[in-house]
Amino acid sequence: MLKLDEIQKRLLKEVADLHKVPEGAYNIRSNGKSAARESTENIEIVPREDGQGLTVKIKAGTRNESVHIPVVMTESGLKETVYNDFYVGEGSDVVIVAGCGIDNCGAQDSEHDGIHRFYVGKGAKVRYVEKHYGSGEGRGKRILNPETEVYLEEGSTMEMEMVQIKGVDDTERSTKAELKEGSKLVVRERLMTHGEQRAISTYDVELNGDGSSADVVSRSVARDVSYQKFDAKLIGNAACSGHTECDSIIMDKGRILAVPGLEANNVDAALVHEAAIGKIAGDQIIKLMTLGLAEAEAEEQIINGFLK
Amino acid sequence: MLELKNVSFLVSDTENDKEIIRDVSFEVPDGELIAITGPNGGGKSTLARLIAGIEKPTEGRILYDGEDITSMSITDRAKKGIGFAFQQPVRFKGIQVFDLIRLASGKNISMADACNYLSEVGLCARDYIDREVNSSLSGGELKRIEIATLLAKKSRLSVFDEPEAGIDLWSFKNLINVFQSMRENIKDSSILIISHQERILEIADEIIVLKDGQLSTKGRRDEVLPHILGTASAVPECKKVGVRGGDAKC
Ligand SMILES: Nc1ncnc2c1ncn2[C@@H]1O[C@H](COP(=O)(O)OP(=O)(O)O)[C@@H](O)[C@H]1O
Ligand SMILES: [Mg+2]
Repeated sequence: MLKLDEIQKRLLKEVADLHKVPEGAYNIRSNGKSAARESTENIEIVPREDGQGLTVKIKAGTRNESVHIPVVMTESGLKETVYNDFYVGEGSDVVIVAGCGIDNCGAQDSEHDGIHRFYVGKGAKVRYVEKHYGSGEGRGKRILNPETEVYLEEGSTMEMEMVQIKGVDDTERSTKAELKEGSKLVVRERLMTHGEQRAISTYDVELNGDGSSADVVSRSVARDVSYQKFDAKLIGNAACSGHTECDSIIMDKGRILAVPGLEANNVDAALVHEAAIGKIAGDQIIKLMTLGLAEAEAEEQIINGFLK
Repeated sequence: MLELKNVSFLVSDTENDKEIIRDVSFEVPDGELIAITGPNGGGKSTLARLIAGIEKPTEGRILYDGEDITSMSITDRAKKGIGFAFQQPVRFKGIQVFDLIRLASGKNISMADACNYLSEVGLCARDYIDREVNSSLSGGELKRIEIATLLAKKSRLSVFDEPEAGIDLWSFKNLINVFQSMRENIKDSSILIISHQERILEIADEIIVLKDGQLSTKGRRDEVLPHILGTASAVPECKKVGVRGGDAKC
C-alpha cells in the first residue's frame, strides 16, 4: 500500500489495526507529510494551509461511517505539532480512529503533539479510538503530547478509548470537555508504562447542561521505575452526574499519583471519584500458579486481563 | 499417590508459636476419594495449602508418586498433576471465565469444550463464559467456576476445599455426580475433599477427622461415619445451607 516501508506498515497495524487502505475517509500522515488521503461523499477531509493538520467535516445525518487518521513517524529527531479539527454534523453516528506510532532508532528525540478539537453536533454520536505505540532501539525518546478538546452539543455522545501500552517514553495528555444538556462523555483509558517512562493524563470536564453525564475510567499498570499521574477534574455546573475512576497496579519501583478533583456548583450535581492503587494481589498469583503457570506468567496474565 | 509423613506447620507471630498442623501422616492411594472433616479452625484448609505447595511444612515430608515434593514450587506441583479448588476462590479484574478455564486446561481449548465444563457444574455456559471473574459474581457462582476450572485441569490429584459452600441453586446430587465422573474419567485419579456434608462423606472411600491440627480419627467410611454422624463434622445438607435442586437453567 502507498509508499510505506515495512516499519511504517507495522506501526499502522499497531495503532489503527490497518493492514491495507481503510474503508471510508482517511488521511495517513507519515514523517510530517500526508502520504494518502481520501474523502467520501459525507466526510470531507481538508488539509490546513500550513500542512500541519486537517479539518474533517462530517455531514449531518452521516451514519455508520468511519474516519481513520493515523500518524507514523520513523525519522529520528522529528518534532511536529498537528492541529486536527472535527466538525461532526447533527444526528450523525461515526467512528473516528486516530493514533500515533513512533519508531525511533536514532539518538534524537521524536515528538508528535496532536491537538484535536471535536465539535459534536446535536444528537450526534462519536466513538473515538486513539492508540499510541512506540518502538525502536535508539537512545532518542518517543514523545507524544496529545491535547484534546471536546464540545458536546445537546443530546450528543462521545465515547473515547485511549490506549498506550508500549514503547512511549513520555506523554502529557490533556483532555478538556464541555457538555451541554443531555450530552454524554465516556472515557476509557488504558495505560502501561515501563522502564523510565512517564505518563501524565489530565482531564477537565465541565458538565454545563442538565442531564449531562461523564464517566472517565483509567486502568493502568506502572512497571520498573516508571511514573504516572492521573489528574481528573469534573466540574458539575448543572443537574448532572459524573464519575471518575483510577484503578492501578504498581510493580517493581513504579510510582503513581492519582489526583481526584470534583467540583459541584449545583445542588443537583452528583459526582463520584474512585481510586485504587496497589500491587497485584498475592492470592491472584497463587491461584494461577496452582493452575500450572510460573510466577512471571501469572503476572503477565493478570496484567493482560486487567488492561483488556 | 500422595503421602504425608509427620507433617507439622508452625507459625510464629510476635510472641508465641502456634502449631496449626501437628505431626499429620496419611496416604491417599491411587483411585481413592478421601474426605477430610472436622471442626472449623481445625487446620483443614492449611493442610490443603500444604499439599498444593502454598505453604511449606516446618517439619515432615510430602511425597507424590514416591517423589519428595516437600520443597517443590506450587507451579511444579500443579504441572505434576495436583489441582486445588480454593475454599475462597480468587476474583480477577478483566480475566474472563473462559480465560481461567483455558489456563487451567493448559492448552488452547475450544469455546465449546470450555462451555461443557460450565454446564457440568450447573452454570448456563452462554451466560457465564464471557463474564469477568470479578466481584459481579456471587460467592456460589464463583465456587462453581472454581470447580469447573479444576475439571478442565484434569489433575491426577484434585483437592477441593469445602466445594459445597455457597452452592445454593444447584443440587448436591449434581455436585456428587461431578466427583463421581471425575473419578471415572481420569485414570487412577484421586480426590481429596474437605467437607462437613454427610452426602459428600457418604461417597468417600476413607474419612479423616482433623481436630486442633491433629488426626483424631481415620478409617474406611463405614467405620468412621457412624461415629461422627450428628456432630458438626457430618451435617445433613438441609441444616447447613439452603439447597434448592435443579439443573442449570438457561
Ligand atoms: N499463616 C497463618 N498464620 C497464622 N494463623 C494461621 C495461618 N494459617 C491458618 N492459621 C490459623 O490456623 C487455624 C486453622 O485454620 P484453617 O486451616 O483455615 O482451618 P479450617 O480450614 O479447618 O477451618 C485457624 O485458627 C487459623 O486462623
Ligand atoms: Mg477451611
